[in-house]
Amino acid sequence: MNAGSHTVVAVIASCSQVVAVAVGGLVLIGLMRKVRAHLEGRVGAPILQPMFDVRKLFRKERLRPDQATWIFPLAPVVLVATVAVAAAITPLVTTGPALSTGSDFFALVYLLLVGSTLLALAGMDAGTAFGGMGSSRAVTIGALAEPALLVTILALSATAHSSNLPAIVRATLADPGSVATPQRLFALGALLVVIVAESGRLPVDNPATHLELTMVHEAMILEYAGPDLAFVTVGEAMRLTLLLGVFVNLVAPWGIATTTNVAAVAVGLVTLVAKVAVVGLALAVFEVFTAKLRLFRLPELLAGAFVLALLGVVSGLVVK
Amino acid sequence: MSAQNLWRSLWRVRRVTEALAPDADATAGPEELIGSLQLRHVDAGSCNGCELEIASAFGPVYDAERFGARLVASPRHADGLLVTGPVTRNMAVPLVKTLEATPHPRIVIAVGDCACDCGVFRGGYGVVGSVGDVVPVDASIPGCPPDPTAIIDALRGITRR
Amino acid sequence: MTAASLVVSGAVLGLTAGVGGATLPRRSRVAVGAVLVWGACALEAVAAIHVLVSGHRVVLHSAELLPFTGVNLVLTPLGAFFVLLVAMVAVPATLHGIGYAHHGLDSRMAAFAVPIFVTVLLLVPAAGSVATFMVLWELMALTSLSLVLVDHGRREATRSAGTWYAVITHIGAAAILTAFLILAAHSGGQSFAALRLHARHLAPVVRALVFVLALVGFGSKAGVVPFHVWLPKAHPEAPSPVSALMSGAMVALGVYGIILVGDVILGGGSLWWWLVVLALGAVSALFGSLHAASSTDMKRLLAYSTTDNVGLALIGLGASGLFDATRHPQLAALGLVAALVLLLNHAAFKGALFLSAGSVQSATGTRDLDQLGGLLRRMPQTGALFLGAAAAICALPPLNGFIGEWLLFQSLLHGADIGNTAGEIAIPLAVAAMALTAGLTVVAFVKAAGIGFLGRPRSEGADAAVEVPGTMRLAVGLLVGVCVVLGVVPTLVLPAVERAVRAVLPRVAPLSLAHGVDLQLVGLRGVLEPAALAAAMAGALFGLGALRRALARRPAPRVAEAWGCGRQLQTARMQYTATSFAEPVQRVFDDVLRPVQDLDVSHVAESRYFIEAVTFHNAVDDGIERGLYRPVIGAVRRWGQVARQLQPGSVHRYLAYGLGALVIVLTALTVIR
Repeated sequence: MNAGSHTVVAVIASCSQVVAVAVGGLVLIGLMRKVRAHLEGRVGAPILQPMFDVRKLFRKERLRPDQATWIFPLAPVVLVATVAVAAAITPLVTTGPALSTGSDFFALVYLLLVGSTLLALAGMDAGTAFGGMGSSRAVTIGALAEPALLVTILALSATAHSSNLPAIVRATLADPGSVATPQRLFALGALLVVIVAESGRLPVDNPATHLELTMVHEAMILEYAGPDLAFVTVGEAMRLTLLLGVFVNLVAPWGIATTTNVAAVAVGLVTLVAKVAVVGLALAVFEVFTAKLRLFRLPELLAGAFVLALLGVVSGLVVK
Repeated sequence: MSAQNLWRSLWRVRRVTEALAPDADATAGPEELIGSLQLRHVDAGSCNGCELEIASAFGPVYDAERFGARLVASPRHADGLLVTGPVTRNMAVPLVKTLEATPHPRIVIAVGDCACDCGVFRGGYGVVGSVGDVVPVDASIPGCPPDPTAIIDALRGITRR
Repeated sequence: MTAASLVVSGAVLGLTAGVGGATLPRRSRVAVGAVLVWGACALEAVAAIHVLVSGHRVVLHSAELLPFTGVNLVLTPLGAFFVLLVAMVAVPATLHGIGYAHHGLDSRMAAFAVPIFVTVLLLVPAAGSVATFMVLWELMALTSLSLVLVDHGRREATRSAGTWYAVITHIGAAAILTAFLILAAHSGGQSFAALRLHARHLAPVVRALVFVLALVGFGSKAGVVPFHVWLPKAHPEAPSPVSALMSGAMVALGVYGIILVGDVILGGGSLWWWLVVLALGAVSALFGSLHAASSTDMKRLLAYSTTDNVGLALIGLGASGLFDATRHPQLAALGLVAALVLLLNHAAFKGALFLSAGSVQSATGTRDLDQLGGLLRRMPQTGALFLGAAAAICALPPLNGFIGEWLLFQSLLHGADIGNTAGEIAIPLAVAAMALTAGLTVVAFVKAAGIGFLGRPRSEGADAAVEVPGTMRLAVGLLVGVCVVLGVVPTLVLPAVERAVRAVLPRVAPLSLAHGVDLQLVGLRGVLEPAALAAAMAGALFGLGALRRALARRPAPRVAEAWGCGRQLQTARMQYTATSFAEPVQRVFDDVLRPVQDLDVSHVAESRYFIEAVTFHNAVDDGIERGLYRPVIGAVRRWGQVARQLQPGSVHRYLAYGLGALVIVLTALTVIR
């Protein structure tokens, strides 16, 4: 196959990744709510309910607080844009999406940070107490999760000698036993805790809470209505799905397309959906058994994740 | 309760939700809200009897969520208000402000006799009037307190599920 | 014109600007001085570019200007890089000063000192001998000190800041001078080339002593913990254009000094030197970002953030030295490139931040974040530029901070298995420090931008703010533009940085990081495509914006009152303040910060059940100042009190001292002979 068709397939794969993350994200949220409902003894909303909610939100009115500036309408679009770009370049369906040479784990982390930072600013834009509270807590949690995240990337990059995500996934495919090493296991454990913290799930933050004083992420988006709220909802669902997709491809990358033909990409898509669904289900079941941690207990949790990541790096050096 | 005990009781209970037939004469709402309805509950001065029934309506037995309805924290995220109680003097302005904070298309559902026509509190010195006297009401659910099935009928009328 | 004549004419133009500033009438002195300074910067920059492009150094020697030692200027590629850095900050800073003049910059002293300060900053990287270097270093300290004290008549804090700055900078200068004198004593000449030649014959203990002295001296100028205490005092008190120059350019010259002594003159040194540098860098980064996150004074926040960024540059420098000592020259070069890029980026965005903080102070009359708010609506361009610079310092793609952090991370990542135990333990800890610093920087700047510019104004000064004159906005805009360009197309400057690095580490093969518009590590696996990333982000942004407009059924947004739970009244006092925003961070780190909190409740006279007023005061002071400096100052003062007993004023006592000293000296001489 010549380079032209390679690029075409790569672009198709990237587009399918973005669509899968966007659509699949909402379905994942619906699935997680359904699992929770079943465990609570209820029927629960249909799995596609988040999509109906988003469709309805686009038909509602847009509102803007009187003190808000251009940051307020910009933040939701930037959130979805950065997560979409991240979804396009990370190896989810294939190890060769568009721009995969520049698909760096470090760049992924900072790309997602753009969205959260702008959302934190938008929370303060309305000039209310809730927005400031949400922003303050969200950036503090983000700051405490950073050390664990970057040391995890350090540990995971050791096997491939590069922080390029496709390279790490390909190295894992080439050496499946490397997943069972203590280095990898510690690092993946830390990564899971950080993913829970970054996407605002229990026990770090309760996405379904009604009490403003217990909110972290919800408090930042309290002012958003209509299409802006639709973008924020989709953006948050996409972020969770993307992070879970990266996680599953670091734990069990089998099924991901390594060759540039459309059939392999299709297989990769199906396996991605299946893997993320399994992890999402497990996360949903875990959430039923967990209560939200008090805000000032979170540093202990994130410090624990950091220690796990550090153990991952150290065990990699020792075992060598 | 330990995780083990919790898991055991969850496994034992399975599903408790009852099947419910739809009510043909329920009030319809705006067509944008078919299939998806988020409501912000406002207690304008109630005795909390209606709140218990609303909680039960969204609980495992009656499960209003399966028909597309959900309670949300911010009126900006909501399609309407679920108002209980007669409107007291202190809650008149907040109720109006809450409705103004809700984006169009929006509805107001008055739950309980107090919300519909002040119920037993009619003429009280702290009461301004019924919900309809302060904000325009789109659907009413009479009863003191109304049965959860009546609440669900009203919600299903709007979501058409 | 040759490059040498460019350097000389640049210096002469700068001096003329100073003289002109002192002699011209008040209305024109700042503007004329600024234009002449731009000329000087342009001339020096052209000379620097010539050095970087051609690889030849520029040598100037004049025996007449300084008695006994002569003036010796040698512009190496490393020095040329720093000259360009200084010029990049100096032009917008002086442009901003034209509009900022009424805050003290139009006095004769300031109009004389600013051009001299800029000229000296441009010449320090070109100094080629000890005497030239020390004269220029002292001039730099004196001019910046006089500029810090420009407002001294009005505030006690300014005088105190000036004292701290003066003392610490001179202790640093003494340390640097001692280091150079030790080197010069052993080499018999005082040019840097001679020092370098003879430095390898020195005993390891002497070399270590020289390095430690240089680290202390240059570290104090760069704002490295624990010598940083003057920085959060002096940088806020100086007028903003001067703060931009000090934070952007002067601290970079402190790091230049460490590179000069450690790498150029001493030729690399032992492993433990660079571990110390790495450790100091990590501690500075953490300390600076933590205090920036808890500061409520906008300029103090920026000053602590300077300590933070210098710490990051030192982490890169320490890693580079570590790799050099363990014989990984490619990695060493990468680490040094990362350090230099971090300094360049820092000059750009810190300059922009200080200048816009100056615009805010000029427009509102305050720099206390708890008094600001709502400025983005009142000062749209300044606010947008501050947000851009804040995004750059938080290392958000596609701006330049991200490129620097990526390079630093790559150098640490690829060095994680160098085979030396100390290094292998240090590197993950350095990564952790870098990460926590990045997170706390986001806290600090979301606070500064969100509290300062968004929401409602918290004071009348903030409410009455109007947009500043166009020169001030243009100045900030120039630096933010540099941030954008360096973020999207960093390969414009990378060849120059590599040329500078190869001048320092000559054993290294060409790095050629620039690969078209992408960055690619040679011999290691790591690629970054900033331009493609920026294009993708912009494309996604516009596409989704258009999608939102198409999908949204209803027209433009309706303006509604902010949701406050149905409250009757929403005032500015119900918002979060800078103190409350930083409170979670303060609580988590309260062992380090030890905030002093004061709660004062006054009751109504008639009944203790009713409260009249509640005052809450929260202050975070510098832990190192409190724990290290104040006890030392206290001890010195006590010893001074004790020593006063020796001076009762009696002439008989003093004569007895003289006699006693004479007797002791004669006895000692007899014993020795």
